[in-house]
Amino acid sequence: MGTIEVNGKAFETDEEGYLVNLADWNEDLAGEIAKAEKIDMTENHWEVVNFLREYYNEYQIAPAVRVLTKAIGKKLGPEKGSNQYLYELFPYGPAKQACKIAGLPKPTGCV
Amino acid sequence: MAEITAPALREFPVAPAVSPDAMAASKPYVATDKMQEALGFPGALPEDWHDRAIAKLGEMVGKYRGLRVYLDACVHCGACTDKCHYFLGTGDPKNMPVARQELLRGVYRRHYTLPGKLFPKLVGARELTKDMLDDWYKYYHQCSECRRCSVFCPYGIDTAEVTMAAREILDSVGYGQKYSNEIIGKVHRIGNNLGLPGPALEDTLLGLEEDVKEDTGADVKFPLDQKGAEVLLITPSADFFAEPHVDSLIGYAKVFHAAGISWTLSSKASEAANFGLFIGNYDQMRAIALRIREQALELGVKRIVVGECGHAWRVAYSFWNTLAGIGSGGEDPFARQLQSQLDHRYRQPTHICELTWDLVQKGALVLDKEANDHRVVTFHDSCNVARASRMGDEPGGQFEIPRALIRAVANRYVEMRPGTTHEATFCCGGGGGLLTDEILDLRVKGALPRMESLREVADRHGVNFMATICAICKAQFTKVLPYYGFNRSMVGGVHQLVSTAIRLGAKQ
Repeated sequence: MGTIEVNGKAFETDEEGYLVNLADWNEDLAGEIAKAEKIDMTENHWEVVNFLREYYNEYQIAPAVRVLTKAIGKKLGPEKGSNQYLYELFPYGPAKQACKIAGLPKPTGCV
Repeated sequence: MAEITAPALREFPVAPAVSPDAMAASKPYVATDKMQEALGFPGALPEDWHDRAIAKLGEMVGKYRGLRVYLDACVHCGACTDKCHYFLGTGDPKNMPVARQELLRGVYRRHYTLPGKLFPKLVGARELTKDMLDDWYKYYHQCSECRRCSVFCPYGIDTAEVTMAAREILDSVGYGQKYSNEIIGKVHRIGNNLGLPGPALEDTLLGLEEDVKEDTGADVKFPLDQKGAEVLLITPSADFFAEPHVDSLIGYAKVFHAAGISWTLSSKASEAANFGLFIGNYDQMRAIALRIREQALELGVKRIVVGECGHAWRVAYSFWNTLAGIGSGGEDPFARQLQSQLDHRYRQPTHICELTWDLVQKGALVLDKEANDHRVVTFHDSCNVARASRMGDEPGGQFEIPRALIRAVANRYVEMRPGTTHEATFCCGGGGGLLTDEILDLRVKGALPRMESLREVADRHGVNFMATICAICKAQFTKVLPYYGFNRSMVGGVHQLVSTAIRLGAKQ
């Protein structure tokens, strides 16, 4: 178990840096997690993170990679609606790294 | 996370120089008390862990005759030493299968053999200290239960059984692994390893229907919870979620569509994987398998078909019959009810490769092989399919049917080096419950032998696609290929190739 500190306040994370309490999440915190992941958050990164959170609020799970690429393609243009583009944004893998920054639990299983 | 390094590829793969304790720091996260207790295991190490562990070992060697034989029979001949991908990739001598299994064997000898009780030092008997318990945790999580070493063992010792026994003892003293146990909890709570709830699954499947319609113009359906369907498809939940897995799911759907077979997925049994096998726990394995029987009865299906998932096919082919009464062998009333419901003109269960290959042979599918001409394909045998199951009616069908299927849908196919395929295939490096990020360094190193044979066919024959029929292999290779200079999209499913070649609506 670890913690991540933002604006003088500490928030609980698991061993890998995923937030334990989803309700703790805010944009400053996301920025801090992104920094630890060595990711410079651009507008396009935020589009992905915001979509993940919207989807999670509705379905209690992160979207499948294909659902995500389709949604991002619609928002940012078809050339960006690809798994490869998502890897450019989140080099460790869109499913896991983007979820971490969005404050969602880590997708588990054979993924 | 520790630094992740890939060893250099070697032109002539030989056993590496030993590097003692090279992987002594490799340790997957330990399950939390909540994850443990949800499966009926103690939440943390109790004070009397030593006595409990020894008692559990005694209970197991009493119950499982095979385990006792595997613990007694080893003569330390060393035939297995250089057969393990984790030893070849790390050089840590405790990853020689004989040495890894000696960690448990020494303790067994101390407590359950006469010479070990009387003269422990003379027979290499060992005490179960806390350090030894930690070594068990670390090194039995550096074995992917792939059973390659067993192929070369002159006594036929099933080394994976020893690993499974050690993990079962660890769970019984509150020292379980987070990755596997968290996932098993999700299967019971939500229905699949991912934790994908029914509504999300439905939404995902509707999206796939749209995609396929857009690509092909055909109304290919991905039915969910459809009572009265002929086929219940049990597939890994990664097929719904991840790339490249989803392309195989699309392939299965196109095959069912083209052949006019009614089929359904189940939101409650939306997972083929059975991690009960990985942790060596019979009760978990059975509970996970029973979800499938329940759903098969509920939906009234005639056939049960398993998607591309390696260890799931082992469980389905080898154990579903007595675990759940799918196939003959189950004797309780529900098993008998299921037996009378299923259509025995078909194999129960059927692997998706068997189903598609049967259709190809009957000429029921229109295939455009040229559609795969941009690919030079090789096939990676997944360990649990290769060494623990079969397909079709002939010995070796588990090797030949996927290959025959690939050749039916693609023109350019190349085999990797003999000794690295078929029953001697190398594990992808992430099997057996080790597909977790905190041990990525181990996973990268364990992939070395497979990467070497892939490099060879890539350089000589231009291979640019490695097909496989296991969700773990797909996820593992997607992750580790870049460490060896390959593109991650080089790996994919056999039904991804089928999906590319199949022509819908063209059959007269």
